[in-house]
Amino acid sequence: MKRIFAVLLALILVAGLAACGSKTETEPESTSQVVETPENPVIRLSTTTSVNDSGLLPYLLPAFEAETGYKVEVQSAGTGAAIQKAIDGNADVILVHAKASEEEFIDGGYGVERLPFMYNYFVIVGPKDDPAGVKDSADAATAFAKIRESESKFVSRGDESGTHKAELKIWGDIAPDAESDSWYISAGQGMGACLTMASEQQAYCLTDKATFLSMQDELDLDIVLAEGEDMKNTYSLIAVNPEKIDGLNTDGAQAFIDWMLSDEASELIAKYGEAEYGVALFNLL
Amino acid sequence: MESFRQAFELLFPPDRELLQIIGVTLRMSFFSTLISCLIGLPLGSLIGSKSFRGKSFIKKLIHTLMGLPPVVAGLIVYSLFTHYGPFGKLNMLFTVRVMVVAQVMLITPVVIGLTSSFIESASKPVIETARGLGFSGLKTARLCIGEGRSSLFSVVLNAFGRSIAEVGAVSIVGGNIQWKTRVMTTAIMLETNKGKFSFALALGIILLIIAFAVNAVASFIVKENADG
Repeated sequence: MKRIFAVLLALILVAGLAACGSKTETEPESTSQVVETPENPVIRLSTTTSVNDSGLLPYLLPAFEAETGYKVEVQSAGTGAAIQKAIDGNADVILVHAKASEEEFIDGGYGVERLPFMYNYFVIVGPKDDPAGVKDSADAATAFAKIRESESKFVSRGDESGTHKAELKIWGDIAPDAESDSWYISAGQGMGACLTMASEQQAYCLTDKATFLSMQDELDLDIVLAEGEDMKNTYSLIAVNPEKIDGLNTDGAQAFIDWMLSDEASELIAKYGEAEYGVALFNLL
Repeated sequence: MESFRQAFELLFPPDRELLQIIGVTLRMSFFSTLISCLIGLPLGSLIGSKSFRGKSFIKKLIHTLMGLPPVVAGLIVYSLFTHYGPFGKLNMLFTVRVMVVAQVMLITPVVIGLTSSFIESASKPVIETARGLGFSGLKTARLCIGEGRSSLFSVVLNAFGRSIAEVGAVSIVGGNIQWKTRVMTTAIMLETNKGKFSFALALGIILLIIAFAVNAVASFIVKENADG
């Protein structure tokens, strides 16, 4: 009996040692410095679909997590919902793109400081033959006026997202009425669903470039207007204010913001998209 | 409680857009219930009352389809009616009609399944009694429906309930277009995505009120007919 125990014990020891050995071998040498797990390791990031679904966060976060030992839980929704979740106390930091709503968030005391750090351009996509002739418009407002004049179909997010708010700002005084202008389709859905609908209906649509490029193969649409002063899309980071909301991981939020604004992250962001689409999807401010 | 206040404000006086959304919701649910019952009640009765080869296979198939995820039904209908799909020429995508098609696909198996099991279990004694009394086939069938009115009625209401509460399929094929294909559930989803959680809940309360009203009216009509 004793002997069997001894043999078993020896086997377990050997197996354990072997497991340890193989583990140390597979670890890359660069991370030889041990990263201590922070006291509160979970950071809740509430962000918009364009940042997450474009693949930017899945591309950046592993580096941040490996370096700091934090774990980022990403919730992605339209900017309206992303901000509301933070107001409800369900996020530590937000990454969004709607200046007016962000300022409202700060004015309400929910956010500490608005830190704009990167931008890209919204693009207008539309049918390949461009029936409204928006191709050489000087800016988005001119293009929209042409779409309105020709009553070409246009799909709007209609969901109070950052993109929807940017669209409404471009329309300005000539915003169509979804009830009486039947060419103006207010879809009330995410970017992907709206692009699919625009492709089906051969309609125009205002979109962030990243989402369009990632779906381009499945869409029967082209970029008809790529750059205009009124098409700039700025993304900001805001830490949720611990004086207003309790139970926050403020250290984690700060660590995430510091890292996102670091040279290392900047370099990664500036390169993102080049390999896959041939162009960078986000530019640094 | 904020939600209850908002629900009240939307209803008194009624918000114009809300009325339009309720109209689309009722139209869609009514026609999908009607069509799936026209198909499902006779088929279900047939399967329930007859015994034939492959019956257990058919029943298994129906029970599987009863659990068809709405999103999958939506995707199937979408791929049929998409621009380059087999029915793309009909130009029906993002209309209320195609929402009805998706709903019928979802609800018909439920109607067939519930009807057949009701007929199987509940009607047997009725049929045997009728046979014993020497009634004709037609008279027996009428007796069955008379006896099982409330059960069949609950099948219909079940179908209606599914239809009015469904969101996955109708948002894919309907597109949640404002003033056109937006229904209560997709409106609730939209408000949730906007972050207006209490307003979304207010719409949910209104949806429940509508469902309750429809149930009440329907039972009243059935009771009237039974008494008359």
